[in-house]
Amino acid sequence: MDSVKDSRISGDLPAGRDQEIRGKIDVLNLNAWVADKQALKNINMKVYENRVSAIIGPSGCGKSTFIRCLNRLHETVSGAKSSGNIFLDGENILRTGFDEVVLRRKVGMVFQKPTPFPTMSIYDNVAAGIKLYSRYSRGELDGIVERSLKHAALWEEVKDILDKPGPSLSGGQQQRLCIARALAVKPEVLLLDEPCSALDPISTGKIEELIHELKKNLTIVIVTHNMQQAARIADFTGFFLLGELIEFDITKKIFMAPSDKRTEDYVTGRFG
Amino acid sequence: MPLNPSITDQMQKTRDAWFRTVTFLFALSIPLLLLLLVVILVGQALPSINIFGAGFIFSSSWDPVRETFGALPYIYGTLVSSLIALIIAVPLGLGSALYLAEVSRSKIKEYLAVMIELLAAIPSIIYGLWGIFVLGPLFGLSMLSGGVILAIMILPTIAAISREVFRSVPNIFKESAMALGATRWETIKLAVFGPARSGILGAIILGLGRALGETMAVTMVIGNRPEISASIFAPAYTLASVIANEFAEASSDVYLSALVELGIILLLITMVVNGLARLLIWKTVGKNNIF
Repeated sequence: MDSVKDSRISGDLPAGRDQEIRGKIDVLNLNAWVADKQALKNINMKVYENRVSAIIGPSGCGKSTFIRCLNRLHETVSGAKSSGNIFLDGENILRTGFDEVVLRRKVGMVFQKPTPFPTMSIYDNVAAGIKLYSRYSRGELDGIVERSLKHAALWEEVKDILDKPGPSLSGGQQQRLCIARALAVKPEVLLLDEPCSALDPISTGKIEELIHELKKNLTIVIVTHNMQQAARIADFTGFFLLGELIEFDITKKIFMAPSDKRTEDYVTGRFG
Repeated sequence: MPLNPSITDQMQKTRDAWFRTVTFLFALSIPLLLLLLVVILVGQALPSINIFGAGFIFSSSWDPVRETFGALPYIYGTLVSSLIALIIAVPLGLGSALYLAEVSRSKIKEYLAVMIELLAAIPSIIYGLWGIFVLGPLFGLSMLSGGVILAIMILPTIAAISREVFRSVPNIFKESAMALGATRWETIKLAVFGPARSGILGAIILGLGRALGETMAVTMVIGNRPEISASIFAPAYTLASVIANEFAEASSDVYLSALVELGIILLLITMVVNGLARLLIWKTVGKNNIF
């Protein structure tokens, strides 16, 4: 999967000096349906390791459905189906019999609305995921919770109130708590489904900084309806329209010199 | 110029005031009825309250000939038969509610849900008849038979309400748990039981309230003997059953008044239990906005 050359990318790949850019997820001919409506039409896209890929597009274009396919959460909704292939490190995760529980430990997700478990403390929220897989001593758990909260840039704000209920935090803090909860499981990929759309600008800024920090160790896919946000944080950007991936390229190219007229109309604000 | 000069502002206001007064009176009639009920019951029970005092609750003697009356065996029978009912009905009810709300994806669940609600519509005398023919030979006319028949009768209450509680837990919590790599059971543990906690407790207590007050079916299978026995295979008696059985033959004023006092005790127990259930359900509503 050492695909420095990608026929679907026209510009030069922004590879780091000491780091070869590597494909992490390869989506091939992905189709998805919600009830009888086709939500995704023949999507082909590559997600690069330790990079941020943004998915933009107007409401109902299929961008949420797309990232929900990447951890197979899409198919848990009744009446939802998908076909095609998604390779994670070369392994087809859509293959029947692939254990979605194992997949979701590798591919974490944070939702639009902050969703800390309402009856759990901050500490228990962070520990909720890891406790599912194995037994830890209190000391080990303490360490994981502290590390995860530090990675989510929340530790300083909550270290003295770890036993307070999760929902007692502000919206932005709750969202970082959800990121900490996802990070505790040590995922390789983090999916963010419009994580800032319910937050104020200051909290949004903190999350964006955090995303920049996290991509050192993680591959990130973020859905956003905010084009400035995509331009600020993403290395790659894909533009979805009516269930189709119109264009996927280096973010700079999508915003400065898109190949498709529809992309240009969208990013310049002519529709959507 | 007004659009319709025949209706003035003043007339509209008068009509509104009338409307308010009339609906207020209707609403007031409910607490008034309750008050009337309590006043009449206490009035009728006064002779017994005066003679036996607090000892009525702790005495096990029930002798209409010597006119000594005590409520303890009936309170015991009511509480223990309801407890047996809960022990059986809670796991069955919660389990079927979970299946219907969270686990099943097939069409069958809709039919099952309707059948559970149908169970609630069966008249209690029919349960009693069934109990005599099925439970009688199995467990005898005993505390256990009474508890089992009660369990069957409160099962639909617990199942139907907790199913609604489970279904009202926002899907986004379940998705959050699944996204962490939780299996279906772990998802329920993490994301459903937490928010639904007090609602489930409310469902159980509503079922308990129904078990405490149930009369006919229990009377037919519990054996009707006012004794406190350690064995659940021994006959017992409940507050509701003794009132139903002996009211018509109560020959003296004290006897009659003792039966009414049993009624007051039953009323108090069920009121406390139902109040507790409402409180718990309201707590859920307030905290998680799930109703």
